[in-house]
Amino acid sequence: MIKKKDLILAAVILIIALLAVIMITFTKVEGGEAVITVHGKIYKTLPLNEDDIVTVEDESGHYNVIEIKDGNVTMTEANCPDILCVKHRSIHYNHESIVCLPHKVVVEIQAGEENNIDAIAK
Amino acid sequence: MKSRNVATYGMLIALAFILSYIERIITIPIPIPGIKVGLANLVVITALYLMGPKQAFVLSMIRILLVGFTFGNLSTMLFSFAGGILSWILMVLARKIQGLSMTGVSILGGVGHNVGQIAVAMFVVNSTTLIYYLPVLILAGLVAGTVIGILGALLVSSLKHMH
Repeated sequence: MIKKKDLILAAVILIIALLAVIMITFTKVEGGEAVITVHGKIYKTLPLNEDDIVTVEDESGHYNVIEIKDGNVTMTEANCPDILCVKHRSIHYNHESIVCLPHKVVVEIQAGEENNIDAIAK
Repeated sequence: MKSRNVATYGMLIALAFILSYIERIITIPIPIPGIKVGLANLVVITALYLMGPKQAFVLSMIRILLVGFTFGNLSTMLFSFAGGILSWILMVLARKIQGLSMTGVSILGGVGHNVGQIAVAMFVVNSTTLIYYLPVLILAGLVAGTVIGILGALLVSSLKHMH
């Protein structure tokens, strides 16, 4: 059974969430660099305009392979139990990320220095 | 404990197992293992309205432990616990709001479930970037919560006969 208050609640949540999604979608900016963090600490920062392949490995043998190609970042290989990170689509917009939760590896796209200078110059 | 209660507990946990299994088959495009749509919340909210908050909490914890050991592992259970606890807190509070039906309570339960999971994920990975998944997960929680609210009402009314 649905009452009026339920609909109000649902509408409020729906509007807030949709607004957030719309805002995120329409403020998408091309990223400048990929920041790889392991256990919260920055491991390596790579510019998106240079093709590269990086392997992140820890003492227990857990590894993740991150590839930058044509400005896109993908997780091409990993030995985590679910490989959701590998199945993730490629990312290249600012704030997009690929997360390997079991290995605590995060690849996040950030603006990078060049873009910041452009913003200031404007 | 009354034998009827025991039987109800058993039945609800069996239902939780089936729902959790179905959940695993549905792949969600969000790369966070352990993130579930929260179908098993149907069992918790049914227990909440049929038996009470304490029983619902016990059921929720048992469900998470059993399903976690069967289908998942220790780390995925952490997310389930976070989601389950936040979901339970919100549902118990929501139930006190006059004029909010089971559907509304379930919506908050569904949203709370997903928010709890993301919060723990952000903590585990030590990164705030996961917050960008929140809008999509909230929408998923809203939809799941609505469906579960309606199903839950049906389930509770049919089970009330037996109590």
